[in-house]
Amino acid sequence: MDKMPKWADVILTPVISLVLAMAISAIVILAIGESPWMALKTMVDGALGSSYGWGFTLYYTTNFIFTGLAVAVAYHASLFNIGGEGQAMMGGLGVALVLLYLPLPHWVLALPFAMIGAAMFGAAWALIPAWLQAKRGSHIVITTIMFNFIAAALLNYVLVNILRPVGSMDPASARFPEATHLPTLSDLALVLGVEWGKNTPVNVTFFVALIACVLVWALIWRTRLGYEIRAFGRSEPAAMYAGISPVRITVIAMLVSGALAGLMAINNVMGESERLLLNAVEGAGFIGIAVALMGRNHPFGVVLAALLFGFLYQGGGELALWTSIPRELIIVIQALVILFTGALDNMVRMPLERLFLALSNKRKDA
Amino acid sequence: MDFDTIIQILDSAVRLMTPLLLACLAGLYSERSGVFDIGLEGKMLMAAFTAAAVAYATGNPWLGLLAGIAGSTALSLIHGLASITFMGNQLISGVAINFLASGMTVLLGQKIFGLGGRTPSLTEGGRFGEITLPFADTIREVPFIGPIYAELLSGHTALVYVAFACVPLTWWILSRTRFGLRLRAVGENPASVDTAGVSVTRLRFAAVAICGVLCGLAGAYLATGLSAGFVKEMTAGRGFIALAALIFAKWRPWSALFATFLFGLLEAIANRYPNLDLGVVTIPSMFMNALPYILTVIILAGFVGRAIPPRAGGEPYVKER
Repeated sequence: MDKMPKWADVILTPVISLVLAMAISAIVILAIGESPWMALKTMVDGALGSSYGWGFTLYYTTNFIFTGLAVAVAYHASLFNIGGEGQAMMGGLGVALVLLYLPLPHWVLALPFAMIGAAMFGAAWALIPAWLQAKRGSHIVITTIMFNFIAAALLNYVLVNILRPVGSMDPASARFPEATHLPTLSDLALVLGVEWGKNTPVNVTFFVALIACVLVWALIWRTRLGYEIRAFGRSEPAAMYAGISPVRITVIAMLVSGALAGLMAINNVMGESERLLLNAVEGAGFIGIAVALMGRNHPFGVVLAALLFGFLYQGGGELALWTSIPRELIIVIQALVILFTGALDNMVRMPLERLFLALSNKRKDA
Repeated sequence: MDFDTIIQILDSAVRLMTPLLLACLAGLYSERSGVFDIGLEGKMLMAAFTAAAVAYATGNPWLGLLAGIAGSTALSLIHGLASITFMGNQLISGVAINFLASGMTVLLGQKIFGLGGRTPSLTEGGRFGEITLPFADTIREVPFIGPIYAELLSGHTALVYVAFACVPLTWWILSRTRFGLRLRAVGENPASVDTAGVSVTRLRFAAVAICGVLCGLAGAYLATGLSAGFVKEMTAGRGFIALAALIFAKWRPWSALFATFLFGLLEAIANRYPNLDLGVVTIPSMFMNALPYILTVIILAGFVGRAIPPRAGGEPYVKER
């Protein structure tokens, strides 16, 4: 018998964890001599108060949906993919190579090709840690951390020595051809005759991210492979007994995870900067961890959590602009969310379980 | 490359390996007791900040060192609370601690000093001074041995010598004391330690606290020994290189000395020769920077000597089954 009703497990515990994280963040804001209420108001106004704010919030949300899904898929196979950062970097390299070297006449054609490039490069970067974990038993967390650093070094090398246009000083690739630029949501709104979110980076990738959520949901809960991934994640011996190959599942789950992380590059590299920059990922790979934890590894939860972090990110930028609170407040909030929803989960869960057990016993007695 | 250059590179390697060595030994205690710690980076960063801030305020690096230890140990206790008391996921807790340190140091730094997360530069009094070993100046002129003694061994800050002393000390504690034996046992088979009537929780907390102290030394060295003050994100992945060194060393103290020296040497060479020209090929500095990580992956893959972590590592101990 479950100790708690499902709604308490899925909704109540993350919400309480979030409230705890927010409460501590409020104390931190108080401690640096600012008003938490004003900070929240600034963030809400800046991130959700105008179509301009929403344009940025949804742009960040798109990034975090991809990296959150990446962590979530691996987590179902009970693999902790901490390498989303590196995989997203390599995804960016894939996008850049496709767009710079393939003559693609229109973005409608460029998008699928760039997606293939992004997904393949991201997946390839996850393949080696996956294979090492499955075949050689090396811990995937450590190898994916190492691969983040190796990716950064590799990208630095490629940008400085190969992709940098002649005469340019900063480590970045040339601009992608004009024809491959993705339409932003404000462009689409103008077609409908509405002025929405002018000069904001959110683009059609947002819809790709939502489609990816549906596909991931279908993969995990509606396919045989998804069943195998979940079975493997719950109990490796049981899965092996059922004839599921651990090597196959580990590799496939990590390939899907890496491909999802890589796909983020469609948004930030192809959609926003329109050239490959050195620090294009900006920690989104790590935020994916918080997003997946917060969203309980379910695509719907991931969308909500990604929206929350999109709001925090855009709001944090506004905070730095209008108050003396630095942007890094967001990193603290992110850390607290990871801490409470991930590592200190039992601190919230144990008392709750006891509470629900007491309630159900009382009901039985009555 | 002449003799003087080699001495200079080795000297620089010794300086650069010190924080790695301290952090690596920190991780060694924690992981040998069965608590994985990917939060070394965060603890070092926090220690670097608190050490620099207090050293600046008091003008005394030793008080800074104490503050560094306090800052790092506070994060260690959070890690212990999450991974021992509440049986949470140790890896996730480590990730959280890294971010907590990364954010808090800038937030506090901006609040206190208003320099965008930096601390003001420390003057001579606020930093650890270089210690000249006895007779260093007299035998400097002796060929070969002179420069080795006077340049390479002498003239480092106190924490460098402390770090090196920690290696035999750690070896002795782990292999020759009752505490060390129990610490290793609790990382391999906590149930047996529990059956013998020794508290698993207390042992693991002790290990995590030692880890905090050593990370504190590492961070304080970074901010008040190697450089003069705290800069945003100044650890720059050193916590992860230390983690890599720990795996490279297969969780053993003497091997940790070797591994961190190797990684320190790589950094020293990369600093001195941004593009290393070997005649046939030119090795870019990016490759040198990535080499510790690549070597670790190779070691982890078990192609060159297998690295087997402590058996109970990463798993919270549940008493009742």
